[in-house]
Amino acid sequence: MDLTMLRSQFPALAQSNNGYPLCYLDTAATSQKPQQVIDAMNHYYHFDNANVHRAAHLLSARATTQYEAVRDKLCQFIQARRREEIIFTHGTTEAINIVANGLTSQLKLGDLILIDAAAHHANIVPWQELAKRTGAIIKPIPLTTDCRLDSAAFDTLLLEKPAIVALGHVSNVLGTVNPVSNLVAKAKQVGAITLVDGAQAIAHMSVDVQDIDCDFYVFSGHKMYGPTGIGVLYGRFALLDSLSPLMTGGEMIKTVSFSGTEFNQLPNRLEAGTPPIAEVIGLGAAIDFIDAQPKAQVSAAEQTLLIYLQDSLKALGDVVLYGAHSDNLGAVAFNLAAEHHQDVGILLDQQGIAVRCGHHCAMPLMQSLQLNGCCRASIGIYTNKADIDNFITAMQSVKELLL
Amino acid sequence: MSQQVQPTKQQFLTLALETDVSTTMQLFENAGNWQERYRQIMLLGKTLPKLQDELRNESAQVKGCESNAWLHHCEIEGKHYFVADSDARIVKGLIALLLIACNGKTSAEIALFDPNPYFKQLGLEGQLSPSRTNGLLALAKAIKSESE
Ligand SMILES: Cc1ncc(COP(=O)(O)O)c(C=O)c1O
Repeated sequence: MDLTMLRSQFPALAQSNNGYPLCYLDTAATSQKPQQVIDAMNHYYHFDNANVHRAAHLLSARATTQYEAVRDKLCQFIQARRREEIIFTHGTTEAINIVANGLTSQLKLGDLILIDAAAHHANIVPWQELAKRTGAIIKPIPLTTDCRLDSAAFDTLLLEKPAIVALGHVSNVLGTVNPVSNLVAKAKQVGAITLVDGAQAIAHMSVDVQDIDCDFYVFSGHKMYGPTGIGVLYGRFALLDSLSPLMTGGEMIKTVSFSGTEFNQLPNRLEAGTPPIAEVIGLGAAIDFIDAQPKAQVSAAEQTLLIYLQDSLKALGDVVLYGAHSDNLGAVAFNLAAEHHQDVGILLDQQGIAVRCGHHCAMPLMQSLQLNGCCRASIGIYTNKADIDNFITAMQSVKELLL
Repeated sequence: MSQQVQPTKQQFLTLALETDVSTTMQLFENAGNWQERYRQIMLLGKTLPKLQDELRNESAQVKGCESNAWLHHCEIEGKHYFVADSDARIVKGLIALLLIACNGKTSAEIALFDPNPYFKQLGLEGQLSPSRTNGLLALAKAIKSESE
């Protein structure tokens, strides 16, 4: 299959800025959307718009059928055991909040929560709030000097019998991949509840939650070629069912009276209110899009491109790369000599290059790297060699201006 | 009010921007391409003195910048003087462009200054957008509100 055809399915990539063709290397922040995702959402609003699970009319039945079909697709997509283990959320952030909030009554004073030191703030702050509510203690799992999770330090921390272990699957800054199956297995041996943040993994690799064997796995639709405003919380049924709901109201109840209310069963119990229906349907189309691609070929092509990106940056000279390993996924973090990441970002922007520069919602990681911030170039299924070459040419101009 | 360190009156008055708005506009009009414009921005940034560490304090920090930016202000004989710095060179140059228009001016003059057409004429209108993280808009607002 010719992967170059893929790119033409993403209409936003056809534009140019300042006379330079758009070079979108910010997929880790949000991916572009293929036409079929845009069409699916349009179609829903054009023809099927109705609330789900509510009315006894044709339109609502159609909307409900499409909505629930996406749950089935997701169940297959990540190999969950049952469809009730898939909860629709607004994104990764809400998913982690549902878990951290829902576990409040299960934690007690002095319990330990271990968090990946490279974690995104979304996988840190909800746990800090849980710790405030319960008196639990948080400890980071440190990184080695080559920016991988320090597995020896992790083993030592496990001796303290943590109640919760929160891991990233792929770092949103560095692109480093955690061996999550292995880390989860160890955490389970000491009885910890495990959560894996898959926001940066889901678009770049096949995810099998039974193989990872974590209790919770979370991700966002907008980073996997789907719409914003929709994400997924996968939870092992028994544990998911034990969470007290973060949000209460309509949809999530069985009976309500002023003498008492009975909650509904999973998955509705954790999906209060009218869900983002069009976004769920758009996410379904994104899964169809991903499933229609030759998986092995796509991931081999992405890997080749990422290594080419790392190597080209190194070859440019005066560029510092952080944690750049050949088995990384999706992203490269770098700085140009001692130049401020924002100067580099502004000058790249002048040339139509979209990268992200800053702390990338991972301030603790920046602290451990002793940086104020860095630049990140990230790729997706539509990125091609010309994007990387344009980016490197632009970096050459930045270098000439700044150094 | 916080008791943080302020630059001395001397420091405020020694800021000598050896250029003015019309010269600057001419300079940017003559710049053939974006590279030349940004080279000029960075050169202008270099004309602002580097702020000592004790003046890079919390109360002078301008929020809304991805980089750190600091702005000190004082009024001397009816005119407004500023001392400012940033750890990003382009941001520092953008601050210099603001100070070229505002430093040593009266409240009335600064009130009349509209950064939008100014940056547009310089070919830098994109940098003033509230959705940018360079903090230029926040800096322009800070200069305006401090000199009211
Ligand atoms: C690793 C990681 N976790 C969590 C998030 C938060 O995702 P969202 O903003 O979609 O909730 C992101 C995205 O920025 C991320 O990269």
